Amino acid sequence: MQERNGWGYRATLAAVFVGLIVLPHVLSFSQKEVLVFLVINVLVVVSYRLLTLTGEWSLAHMVIVGVGAYASTLLAKRLGIPVPLAMPLGAVVAALTAYVLSFPLFRMKAFYFLIGSFAAGEVIRLCWKRFREPFGGPKGIKLVPSFPDIEIGFVDVSFFDPVNYYYFCLIVVTVSLVLLHRFEHSRIGLTFHAIHWQDKLAEAVGGDTRRYRTLAFVIASFFGGLAGALLAHYLGTVNPNQFDVEAMVYVLVWVIVGGTATIYGPVVGVVTLTVVNEIVLRELGMDQARPLLYGAILIASILFLPDGLESLGPKLKGAFARTRTQV
Amino acid sequence: MTELLLQTCVNAVYAASFMALIAVGLMLIFGVMGVVNFAHGELFMLGAYCVVFVYADREFPFFLAVMIGLVFVGGLGILMERALFRPVRDNPLAGLIASIGLLLMLQAAIAMGFGVRMEHLPPPSQATFHLFGLDGVVVALQRLYVIVGAGIVLVSLWLFLRRTRFGWALRACAQDPEAAALQGISINGTARLAMFIAAAMAGVAGALAAPLVRTYPYMGHSVIVTAFIVTIVGGLGSLGGAVVAAILYGFVHTFVTTFSDGVVADIVGLLLMLFVLVLRPTGLLGVRERD
Repeated sequence: MQERNGWGYRATLAAVFVGLIVLPHVLSFSQKEVLVFLVINVLVVVSYRLLTLTGEWSLAHMVIVGVGAYASTLLAKRLGIPVPLAMPLGAVVAALTAYVLSFPLFRMKAFYFLIGSFAAGEVIRLCWKRFREPFGGPKGIKLVPSFPDIEIGFVDVSFFDPVNYYYFCLIVVTVSLVLLHRFEHSRIGLTFHAIHWQDKLAEAVGGDTRRYRTLAFVIASFFGGLAGALLAHYLGTVNPNQFDVEAMVYVLVWVIVGGTATIYGPVVGVVTLTVVNEIVLRELGMDQARPLLYGAILIASILFLPDGLESLGPKLKGAFARTRTQV
Repeated sequence: MTELLLQTCVNAVYAASFMALIAVGLMLIFGVMGVVNFAHGELFMLGAYCVVFVYADREFPFFLAVMIGLVFVGGLGILMERALFRPVRDNPLAGLIASIGLLLMLQAAIAMGFGVRMEHLPPPSQATFHLFGLDGVVVALQRLYVIVGAGIVLVSLWLFLRRTRFGWALRACAQDPEAAALQGISINGTARLAMFIAAAMAGVAGALAAPLVRTYPYMGHSVIVTAFIVTIVGGLGSLGGAVVAAILYGFVHTFVTTFSDGVVADIVGLLLMLFVLVLRPTGLLGVRERD
């Protein structure tokens, strides 16, 4: 940790950024599209991690992402609000939804919370499916307004091009990650950690655990909703099946395989598994085997690596140090 | 109108009996091992695919296929206990997540082996009965199989739990594993037994219902959602509660489906569960949780 402000840390960070900027230019078109989804998914998993920090595992997060997507879409399409404004408004709607849901849900804990959040999410999702007006029913909403082109003098940036949309998402997601990171290391964020490890003790020293849990849920949902809005205006279509339990299971896999102790864990998880998915399965033409592989990875990581991939670094370092002292 | 009401009641009894088979098994696993088995719907699906493979493809008798489904899925249950749930016994969340992993694997394996389209099963019998001497009230023999099968299984489970030493051991483990172990009861052996019974029940339910429901690799999803609703409404850890809740939910869901539509019935069921969770988290017949 003392290296945080050192040159090594800064150099690594700079190298990662240069890499991220150059990256889309060495990929094929379909890989560029995957890259856009990957960047959006990073925001989904990191926001989900904030929620798990308070010790509760929600199964409604993908539906909240969907609320952001639907809200932003409807605001842009029905009310004619410009897309760049509709996106944050969609995120606000997702946060408000989470606030309302927090009243019944935070009466529950542990397993009951898990199931309760699942039920609440399914109710919302089934409403999208049932009510054609305004949600479009099972087929959802098509022709979602896309992000407007930017024209400044000679420069004309079209966001139909995945590379440009990727840069846009990269900026939004990076800013979000920095905000989430700062938030976690603020006084409130430290209280989250306290609630995670010792909720009775945290309450005894004057922390209102319910309020902090609600706050974590609302903030996580805001950024989740933002990710949903980014997704909707890129894909051009939203439908209830995008946000079903299967999608939620993939989020769980990414977060668990990566680990939740630090903000890097889920990012490592989603990046690793997406790369594995793209390189191994798509190149081999075994797309159907994806759930098989994901299931096996999930089971293996629960049994053998319960703290996720992020724990691998320190573990290896420890093993290395031990062999050196033995010598 | 009377005919429609009576017919709906008959349908509700069918729905309730097949839900009870699944929910009671789910509850048994939770009671003995403290794990919520998310892959329970997939065990149901495997039971149905045993019938597809043995009865529809190989043309063996239907009831042989059902027995094979029972043994095969029950055996898989034993395997799950050993490979998934035993290593993570101290951590219920880990068991739940491991079962989600298994769910993905089973779905993909069946989808790759049989394809994702719906299977067409020739019904083993076309016979139907008129009940109460009314033309409008019909029950198919295939549905009677499910109702009678569920009745037999549930009654024998009840007798097993109340009247045999294995049953007592099982209930003792569910109440207090440590105290049970101190009395010389093998926790691993009991967990294996509970897992076999629960998985076999799901397998039988799937096998019996296979010609009646839409059989496809993702059929487990709606089943597990229903089973969760029933277990929560009935109260976690209470087998009697699961049966009562299965009957209640069977009637509510069938009536709402008949008089409105299926999606609304699902919404009503989920809201019912949410209300129970908020107002009475221990369920209708649940016992207060020990701290």
